[in-house]
Amino acid sequence: MLTLLAILVDGLNYASWLFMVAAGLTLIYGVMKILNMAHGSMFAIGAYTSAWIAGWYFTGADSMWGYLLMLGGAIAAGAFVGLVIERGLLRFLYGRDPVVMILLTYAVLLILEDVTKLIWGVDPYFAFQPYTLLGRTQVGPLTFANYDFGVILVAAIIGLGLWWGLNRTRRGKLLLAVIHDPEMSVALGINVRAYFLLTFVIGSILGCVAGAVTAPAISVAPGIGVEVIVLAFAVVVIGGLGSVGGALAGALIVGFSRATAVHLLPQVDLFVIFGVMSLVLVVRPQGLFGRAQPRKI
Amino acid sequence: MKTNEGIGWSAAVIIAVATLFAVSPARAAENGKLRLGIVTFLSGPASGPFGVPAENAAKLTIAALNSGKMPAPYAMKGINGVEIETVVVDEAGGASKQVEEFRNLVERQNVDAVIGYISSGDCLAVAPVAEELKALTVFFDCGTPRIFEDATYKYVFRTGPIATTDNIGAARYVLDTLPKTKSFAGINQNYAWGQDSWNDFKAAMGVLVPQAQVKTEQFPKLGAGRYGAEISAILVENPDLVHSSFWGGDMEALVLQGAARGLFDKRAVVLTCGETGMFRLAEQMPEGAIIGGRGPYGVFAPNNPLNEWFRKEYQAAYNTPPTYPAYKIVQAILGLKNAAEKAGSESGKLPSTDSIIAKFQGSSFEAPSGMVVMGLGKGHQAVHGIAYGTFKLNADKSPTIINVRNYPAECVTPPEGTPSTEWIKAGMPGAKCG
Amino acid sequence: MAKDRTLLGLTLALALLMAGMAVFPQWLTFLVMMSLARGLVVLAVVLQMRAGLVSFGQGLYYCVGGYTAAMLGSLYGVHEVAVLIAATILVSATVAFVLGTLLSRYRDIFFAMLTMAFSMILYGVLVKSSALGSTDGFSLPGMTFFGWTPETQSTAVYILTCLLVYLIALAYHYYQESPAGYLAGAIRENEIRVEYLGSSPQRLLHCKYVMASVIAAVGGLLSALATGHVDPEMAYWTTSGEFVFIAILGGTGHVAAPFIGSTLFSFVQTYAYQFFPYTWQMVLGLVLLLIIVFLPSGLWSLVQRSGSEKPRAADH
Repeated sequence: MLTLLAILVDGLNYASWLFMVAAGLTLIYGVMKILNMAHGSMFAIGAYTSAWIAGWYFTGADSMWGYLLMLGGAIAAGAFVGLVIERGLLRFLYGRDPVVMILLTYAVLLILEDVTKLIWGVDPYFAFQPYTLLGRTQVGPLTFANYDFGVILVAAIIGLGLWWGLNRTRRGKLLLAVIHDPEMSVALGINVRAYFLLTFVIGSILGCVAGAVTAPAISVAPGIGVEVIVLAFAVVVIGGLGSVGGALAGALIVGFSRATAVHLLPQVDLFVIFGVMSLVLVVRPQGLFGRAQPRKI
Repeated sequence: MKTNEGIGWSAAVIIAVATLFAVSPARAAENGKLRLGIVTFLSGPASGPFGVPAENAAKLTIAALNSGKMPAPYAMKGINGVEIETVVVDEAGGASKQVEEFRNLVERQNVDAVIGYISSGDCLAVAPVAEELKALTVFFDCGTPRIFEDATYKYVFRTGPIATTDNIGAARYVLDTLPKTKSFAGINQNYAWGQDSWNDFKAAMGVLVPQAQVKTEQFPKLGAGRYGAEISAILVENPDLVHSSFWGGDMEALVLQGAARGLFDKRAVVLTCGETGMFRLAEQMPEGAIIGGRGPYGVFAPNNPLNEWFRKEYQAAYNTPPTYPAYKIVQAILGLKNAAEKAGSESGKLPSTDSIIAKFQGSSFEAPSGMVVMGLGKGHQAVHGIAYGTFKLNADKSPTIINVRNYPAECVTPPEGTPSTEWIKAGMPGAKCG
Repeated sequence: MAKDRTLLGLTLALALLMAGMAVFPQWLTFLVMMSLARGLVVLAVVLQMRAGLVSFGQGLYYCVGGYTAAMLGSLYGVHEVAVLIAATILVSATVAFVLGTLLSRYRDIFFAMLTMAFSMILYGVLVKSSALGSTDGFSLPGMTFFGWTPETQSTAVYILTCLLVYLIALAYHYYQESPAGYLAGAIRENEIRVEYLGSSPQRLLHCKYVMASVIAAVGGLLSALATGHVDPEMAYWTTSGEFVFIAILGGTGHVAAPFIGSTLFSFVQTYAYQFFPYTWQMVLGLVLLLIIVFLPSGLWSLVQRSGSEKPRAADH
């Protein structure tokens, strides 16, 4: 019973984190058909920015403003870096082979890895205050940090925001058209390039926000970006590339299978994600929410 | 398509480049300096806690040696009067990359000796190559006992103790301070280091504290950063004690998340690498945590003139007290210096590699961590005691270690020729713990 | 069409490389040897890439090759390289045949991701195997080469590498000139038309997958012999990613491109390590970025441009 409760909370918690990391990736893929390896760098930059702000802000006084400042800083960083990469590099290379685009983002990842190192150094940043300030909740022998519930809340807000933005606003609907068929959208007079820019910036911001929210619970050190990319890839592929709903489903599946494994069968932890990914792809080659591509003659 | 020209062309370019580089930099001895290769993590997660402190300590020590400012018995300038110059290489990239870079260090950069390697995988891969190239190599930090248990080397030395001693020492400290422990759990990184650490600790507990049951063994991925589910699993099992060989950012994340979730509230915790994070974590470190530093380093180092000098200089230069990787690389440099000076007859000349090796084997030398004895692996592997202590926050919020216990080398190290895992399983026969 | 003088070119390259042994400093011999071994894996990636499939898990076979050799050598006491080569081919072909039945149904990003997943599962299994040294891996013993016990192993491995690469490169070249080779481009362009022409793309891709796997496994075997050490990192996704990267870097137009790409990559990397120990990743990233931006068809396009003919359609 206790284990079940723990699996439920841990699974949900991990799933919301995965969703946050994967949402930006899947959005960028959906619109631009680029599997953005540099998303890991966005995560790292967001984490560093917020840890740096937290370290500077939380030196005694505690208030909710700190949290907003951390988020705001990460959003600003994401918007800035996203803009620079899209305007400075990507826009010259649209239409290249998808593999070349992946490798391009890999080169960006390598460069950003050292840029973060040059800015913030190699010593881990340790911004714990926001994590402990919110207190904890006790359920029998189990203790949960309230901050983790906050993470679930933020993920839910991001999910709802994306859903609302895509389905309930004019721009979002146009974006859906671009996702569905970019060529037709151009023919209909949609400025697809502008939507590419918008998407890349939003995707980068989402990556940074994921990092910012994670930062207080971890020790922000070089290499954290690389760790999350492959996780995010797996989640996105399970759900179906380019689908925000799919990313949610993928995150929930991976989150709960991993939590279950940790509690009941800790030996298999390392395989869970790729095992689930293989299984899903074997049964549904397009991922859970992916649309099967019609075969062109 | 003139493809053959293409291939011929490219081959010609490669040959041209090759001849260009065949004219390599002057051999070290030719410019009158000792060229020392330093290999340590400069990027990636191990750079902050290990790589860079070690590099800093090496720089500081070498600068002091070159200016002849080291306290006795190392007051002679450089190594045997020869000035030291360094070539620093990043340890990142995996074992085969490191084998390649090691060859480049020795053959292209013409270093006279290499000091380095934090990752055990790198050490295992580099050791046979060092032997092949006849390049004097001193490992300073990697811990796996397999290096000298599985093979014999002439050109390879290790001045740090094997990792087995960490976990035997940890189990002994548990026996000495918490003998009533009834159950324990482990959370270790899922790679060779974590697996070996947990197996050694579990086996040593089985011998020393036999009534204690294993509750759960968690192996999250290296660098995972988030341990929510693992912490829950341990909370559900409710053991008396938690063992972890986490290091660096992972260890800090575990301590932070564990503290927020009450993992350490009514439970003892053993952090075998806790020392590197103790000053950084300070108030976050759980009161009463059992902390190790992989040997008599850092806060566990004895009071001797060398240590006083090192601690003062390091604090002044980098504004933080030195942690164990810093101590360990200094130890490696001093081990090399000691051997070279014993081998060298006239000052200002570098003795031959073979004569340095002859003096390095089985030597004992002073280091900031006390006397180091090269007592295992036919005189190529250092044996060292280990110390554990309990973390306490002073009234002025400064972190400190109380209740320190030192376990001498004979107490925690297997005798020559006995693989460490078998020695523990056999009940550690012949251990002398004073 | 100009006369195909690849045979001549490759033979010339082999002769130069063999002669190079006498003049190369040792570190360069090692670098060339490793580049050729890794070049084989890149060649395997290219083989599939020409048919439109990008494998992000070629490290799987790189690792299978290395571990087959290392396990036979140090656990079962097999010290004859000929046996190791045979065993590597057999094991990798069997594994590839089984996985290929599934994978040949996948295309695009799904093929990429599924190959990556399989490779990561092998990584997970190896990390869990403490008998095999987990992430530390283990070392290979000394070998005999077709009955000959060399004085210095690295010389023998160098000769073996050059010869094997030469043979595989030739075989690859003539395969690409065969109908089955040309069909790769057709499959990439439009699979259904290939079906209408009476060929089975699926069977052909399965076949190519097995071939690519064997080539990659031989690459793994050679690099294990060269470094004398294997570890699970060989199957990690970043390793596979690097192979894809080099494939793009070199270009897919000609059999020599992967080897040139791989050698150049090694040079850039090792000098970045030497001159920029703190920022080598950035230097590497910048170089790669420049190549992608200015040489979209890889380094081989430099060589090709010097030729008078226009590139063939399949040479992108």
